[in-house]
Amino acid sequence: MPRLLVLLLLLLAPLQARGQEAFEALLPGLAGGFAQQAQTVERLGTLGDPRAAAVLRALSDGRLLKRPDGTLLLRDGERVTEFPGGAAADAAGAEPVRINNRVRAALRGALGRLSLLSPDAAERMAAAEAVFRSRAAENIPLLEAALARESVAAIRARMELALAASRLAAGQDDAKRAAISALGASSSTEARAVLLEARAGNPALGAEIEAAVAAIDRRLEIRRAAETLFQGLSLGSVLLLAALGLAVTFGVMGVINMAHGEFVMLGAYTTFVMQEALRDIPALAPWSLPLAVPAAFLVAAACGAAMERGLIRHLYGRPLETLLLTFGVGMMIQQAVRLGFGAQNREVTSPPWMQGTLELPFGVMVTQNRLWILVFSLVVLLLTVAAIRLTRFGLEMRAVTQNRRIASAMGIRTGRVDALTFAFGSGIAGIAGVALSQIDNVSPNLGTSYIIDSFMVVVFGGVGSLAGTLVGAMTLGVVNKVLEPYAGVVLAKVFVLVAIMLFIQRRPRGLFALKGRAAEQ
Amino acid sequence: MTLSTFTRRAALAGLGGALTLPAIRPSLAQAAPIKVGVLHSLSGTMAISETALRDTVLMMTNWINGRGGLLGRRVEAVVVDPASNWPLFAEKARELLQVARVDVTFGCWTSVSRKSVLPVFEELNGMLFYPVQYEGEEESRNIFYTGAAPNQQAIPAVEYLMGADGGEAKRIALLGTDYVYPRTTNRILRAFLNSKGISDADIMEEYTPFGHSDWQGIVARVKRFAGEGKRTAIVSTINGDANVPFYRELGNQGIKAEDIPSVAFSVGEEELAGIDTRPLVGHLAAWNYFMSVQSPVNTDFLNMWRAYINNPRRVTNDPMEATLVGFKMWTQAVAQAGTTAVDAVRTAMYGQKVDAPSGYTLEMHRNHHLSKPVMIGEVQANGQFNIVWKTPNAIQAENWSPFIPENANRRRG
Repeated sequence: MPRLLVLLLLLLAPLQARGQEAFEALLPGLAGGFAQQAQTVERLGTLGDPRAAAVLRALSDGRLLKRPDGTLLLRDGERVTEFPGGAAADAAGAEPVRINNRVRAALRGALGRLSLLSPDAAERMAAAEAVFRSRAAENIPLLEAALARESVAAIRARMELALAASRLAAGQDDAKRAAISALGASSSTEARAVLLEARAGNPALGAEIEAAVAAIDRRLEIRRAAETLFQGLSLGSVLLLAALGLAVTFGVMGVINMAHGEFVMLGAYTTFVMQEALRDIPALAPWSLPLAVPAAFLVAAACGAAMERGLIRHLYGRPLETLLLTFGVGMMIQQAVRLGFGAQNREVTSPPWMQGTLELPFGVMVTQNRLWILVFSLVVLLLTVAAIRLTRFGLEMRAVTQNRRIASAMGIRTGRVDALTFAFGSGIAGIAGVALSQIDNVSPNLGTSYIIDSFMVVVFGGVGSLAGTLVGAMTLGVVNKVLEPYAGVVLAKVFVLVAIMLFIQRRPRGLFALKGRAAEQ
Repeated sequence: MTLSTFTRRAALAGLGGALTLPAIRPSLAQAAPIKVGVLHSLSGTMAISETALRDTVLMMTNWINGRGGLLGRRVEAVVVDPASNWPLFAEKARELLQVARVDVTFGCWTSVSRKSVLPVFEELNGMLFYPVQYEGEEESRNIFYTGAAPNQQAIPAVEYLMGADGGEAKRIALLGTDYVYPRTTNRILRAFLNSKGISDADIMEEYTPFGHSDWQGIVARVKRFAGEGKRTAIVSTINGDANVPFYRELGNQGIKAEDIPSVAFSVGEEELAGIDTRPLVGHLAAWNYFMSVQSPVNTDFLNMWRAYINNPRRVTNDPMEATLVGFKMWTQAVAQAGTTAVDAVRTAMYGQKVDAPSGYTLEMHRNHHLSKPVMIGEVQANGQFNIVWKTPNAIQAENWSPFIPENANRRRG
């Protein structure tokens, strides 16, 4: 290992000797126009001066200041020092050096080159990624040296790709051929882009490039299908969450509740209130989202119970009146929230574990927030099924829906069961609101955009069947996402609606039609 | 008897009033107030953008009343809420003109709402100030357009993306909300890109409904579109609160501005106020004003706004500036015309000049559009824009775009 270090230093030595004087001469360029800044950054990155990393990092983080006379200052927390020099300085009158995308891209490449040998594995990975994106001849010796030392397989793979990309950009034809086959052996969209980019400049290698791109495409096809499937399931999970509560209130009880969307919205606002309430309690603040789940359930369930006892129970068996009444109540809830919280959207922040992308095996990329919502929706479904199948309450609920009079004769207080069932369904809607607050805007109108979809899922899946709701939601989600690339977002939705209408014509009871006496009610 | 008592009292009261008049400043309460209609959505999907414009008009009526009103009369705002509901815009416009009898109206954000009220303003000869950038292809004698036409925003922005500083984009993804402004703008942009040698194969175009929240498929397709070996950029005409989940998805899928920059035409400081902008650093917006402009007029604007709204951290944005410029121009024109009658004020509007917070002097031309500077800003971590490019002068609006073939025979300017 030390021998390799020496080798690297030897490689860099001639650069370094030149660098010492050149370094300071270059610095004023960092405060120039964007084009000059970008050039200066690139040259500083290759000089090999040990001070370069510090100043480039400061520029990238907005910690490099310039005085009106053009001298540079470095800010480190509260401390401000002159650069170069290091004497303490006063930041008065100095303002941060501004950069744009062009400079930022140059900085990424330069800093990447400088941290290829960092002791921190995550930093080396990021460096390999950065160098991959800024392909240039001067990367080749650096990458070769870094590869010789690297032991982590994933980073090695990235570095090899970066090396191939740089060789393809600036190398001999033989080296280019090797690079093409190295890139073609990967299954990365970036490698594919690099190959296509090189095609115009290397007409002699056209055939090899085509073959490599085709090889990548074959591998990517499966991944893309998996990603589309995930997107569909993710949309399906959102539909499932929104429809699950309705599957209880509409499916089991037969109440057409147009205020269902508003219970979802109340759940989202509960999330917002929890977040604000726990903001100043450091111990609980990171848990505001999980804590919002029971809170949203209780809030929505309480509203649901009040609505059932106060209004809906007087209208059992009169669907049209129920529809109009619940629609009106929905508008009242919406307006009440608008008065209480304002018409503006409320910001619900996502915890860190719900941001960014997760790489699954075979390079399938899924966004974390969607993945969690998918998992969450399945958990909520299982809990709902368990509550209906395994608890005393579930048993009474099923008994009342199957035969109210006999259930009553057996000593079940049917009125109480009705209220609890409706509260249960509304509570699930509230839970859906917690999940939706992570992917949609928390506004008084949140519920309206989901109510149609919810009914669609329940009717399509089969009224009264939770399995139907699951299958219905997932089918609609996947079909929607498969159609989207061909038809566009707006038309895809139209197609799905038309398809459901045709389906309901043929099978009015939906996918999972209930059989027997229950279906006749 | 009673009649004569009444007249005598009235005469005394009038005399008293006349006597006290010089002692206080010209009384605003005497004449009937001048009414200013405010037609902005305060609820629904556009409330995120339009609520601040209502507040701007209210601030400006305060400002003019503080200076003694207009023509010696108080200026009074009449606020209605068309609730992001396009047909309701037309109803509310009619209500403002026929029931409240307003002298002028400030309002609308989306082009579909403007198209909805346009026949009402023309039929009843009202006057509307429209403060938002739009697609052009319109010139009503009853509307003054204080936002940008495509040549004052969209085209310079795309030129910037194709230039060295913008990353030399060779492939463009046009993403928009599904209504008239994005579709027309993208039609103009497509013709412009074609004229610059970018073929249709290198242009992607997708539309989504208002309030769209599931962006995963589209962002993934943009990523794939960008993987064809040519530098790619996104041009976004997404409007309203759909921007929040869109930018969240960009951040989550790790699209960095250095790789695929996006430029937005409807996202300003106000819209960014509700988003964590750290993953978005470097993404662009094109406007004719940014809050970060350094000019004395802008400092006054900021101070006035924050004092009015009583929040030292509230932001300003381009349509607010356009509202302010329009309001000031209207007061100048009314003062010059000596009346609020629509036809007289319209004639007085032409050639009005205002020193705008953008640091430029803007002039109203006979085509009912302003000359405006163009600025391009990059999102910073604090939600403000770093101005990376701007035109040296204010440029005139081409509301009839030369990139739309049907306009070839039309008189320009």
